[in-house]
Amino acid sequence: MSELTNVYIAEKIRNQFGEAILSASEPYDMLTLVVNPSIAHGVINWLKNDAEIKIQFLTDVCGAQFPEIDGQEFCVIYHLHSLTNNIRIRIKSFIPASNPIIATVSDLFESANWQERETYDFYGIIFEGHPNLTRILNVDEMDYFPLRKEYPLEDGTRTDKEDKYFGR
Amino acid sequence: MNEFDDKSVEQIEEQEYTTLNLGPTHPATHGIFQNVLTMDGEIIVDAVQTIGYIHRAFEKIAEHRPYNQITTLTDRLNYCSSPINNMGWHMTVEKLIGVEIPKRAQYMRVIIMELARISDHLVCNAVVGVDSGALTGFTYLFQWREKIYDIFEQICGARLTTNIGRIGGLERDFSDEVYKKIKEFLHDFPKGFTEFSNLLERNRIFVDRVANTGAISAERALSFGFTGPNLRAAGVDYDVRVMTPYSSYQDFEFAIPIGEKGDTYDRFIVRQNEIWESLKIIRQALDNMPQGKWYADVPEFYLPPKEDVYTKMEALIYHFKVVMGETDVPKGEIYHSVEGGNGELGFYLISDGGRAPFRLHFRRPSFIYYQAYPEMIKGSMLSDAILTMSSLNVIAGELDA
Repeated sequence: MSELTNVYIAEKIRNQFGEAILSASEPYDMLTLVVNPSIAHGVINWLKNDAEIKIQFLTDVCGAQFPEIDGQEFCVIYHLHSLTNNIRIRIKSFIPASNPIIATVSDLFESANWQERETYDFYGIIFEGHPNLTRILNVDEMDYFPLRKEYPLEDGTRTDKEDKYFGR
Repeated sequence: MNEFDDKSVEQIEEQEYTTLNLGPTHPATHGIFQNVLTMDGEIIVDAVQTIGYIHRAFEKIAEHRPYNQITTLTDRLNYCSSPINNMGWHMTVEKLIGVEIPKRAQYMRVIIMELARISDHLVCNAVVGVDSGALTGFTYLFQWREKIYDIFEQICGARLTTNIGRIGGLERDFSDEVYKKIKEFLHDFPKGFTEFSNLLERNRIFVDRVANTGAISAERALSFGFTGPNLRAAGVDYDVRVMTPYSSYQDFEFAIPIGEKGDTYDRFIVRQNEIWESLKIIRQALDNMPQGKWYADVPEFYLPPKEDVYTKMEALIYHFKVVMGETDVPKGEIYHSVEGGNGELGFYLISDGGRAPFRLHFRRPSFIYYQAYPEMIKGSMLSDAILTMSSLNVIAGELDA
């Protein structure tokens, strides 16, 4: 068995999924794959069942928003961990704000259930196939998604923290 | 014609279920969260959780704060072991900016983190005792927690929400008083803790009460994202301190206690044993404390000494820049995790080079494993469910962020 380096794993995933793996990099030594949202579930499922890489553990699911990237405003980030090989992999999938839908991974990992609900609660990202995609931390009646960048944190009249006072 | 055919029996049974609100302000939940239980007599048939009562939008606030001001947010995640959260955050930023802090500072951090772990486990196990009817141990153990808080107070001036340490090291060296207090603690605590252990660990009443309740298999625990003592109680020896050592944990000899069945008793015992291991780590750190400075040479992030600020121009500039959050950081994304009191506490940080994080996500162990609670208590008695909850050590601050 060859050593499981990031390069080797990335190559192996590329061989399996080809063009749907949009990019691979290793910021701060963690293998980070940007994948097409349509295959995010497939990649995670494949990694989970692969006899060599053995990803049994979903560490974290969260969302992020990049308002400037047209057509890829939202991002879902999965952190996976192979406890046997001690390898961490980050999978990122960008989805458009006009249609923020991605397949749920709660069928693969129970822990994704609440984390996806939290991501929905914060960003309004729809996880297709989720058993109970409702708000979790905020009140049910809330009619917006508070972590989106368009919602300011503080009242707009406050000026003491504006960038112009700091020469920017 | 039989009036007691299957269908009518089923209907009668269904009417007899009662709905019981466990929480949000129930003394046994030890925090503000709610479980709506469907009860068949004293047996739990179903449970629906409601959480978010103390959601404070930390992830949103973090996007508007300079890096050094986020430390105070992390205090309020798992407030039973704030120093671990603080250190985890400092290490995340240090990793982002590429700073290696001196060995001495790392050892000092290890001592603080292990003290925090002891206080966290003490509260949890004492409360397991309380919920099974043994209040006495709790009243004694809380005195030991106070002693740990005295040490924290001596180090940083605060007790519960400590805001301990700085990006790049610690705010000051340990004083002689700190060493004295730690040594006193190391000397006296084992005796007091042994008393508690003797009271409960092999106590027939206690063991009968907690063994085989709220069990979860290793496989299910992994699927539910369990980490920390709760996962180890199920028999998986995953510990971030060993798997991906940070802050020089590779220098220390310690064992990872594990359980077998993943029940309330195993969780209790794993925490008990981890306290002994933490004591071992603290002793080793004290004995091998390296010489040197307690902060790295990063003037852009680490506040200069106050007397320099008054007399030296450079120090004054850096002081201003640090306080106003005026330092550029590298762009990038980073995930760093530490072994918190309850499991893997992770920080996922996306930096766009600005003075506040572009996105900061906390991987909060309590939030992730608490979703397994209904599965763990279905079919059990209400009184077992209470014990299961306290042995999971769900901390509301970490649950809701």
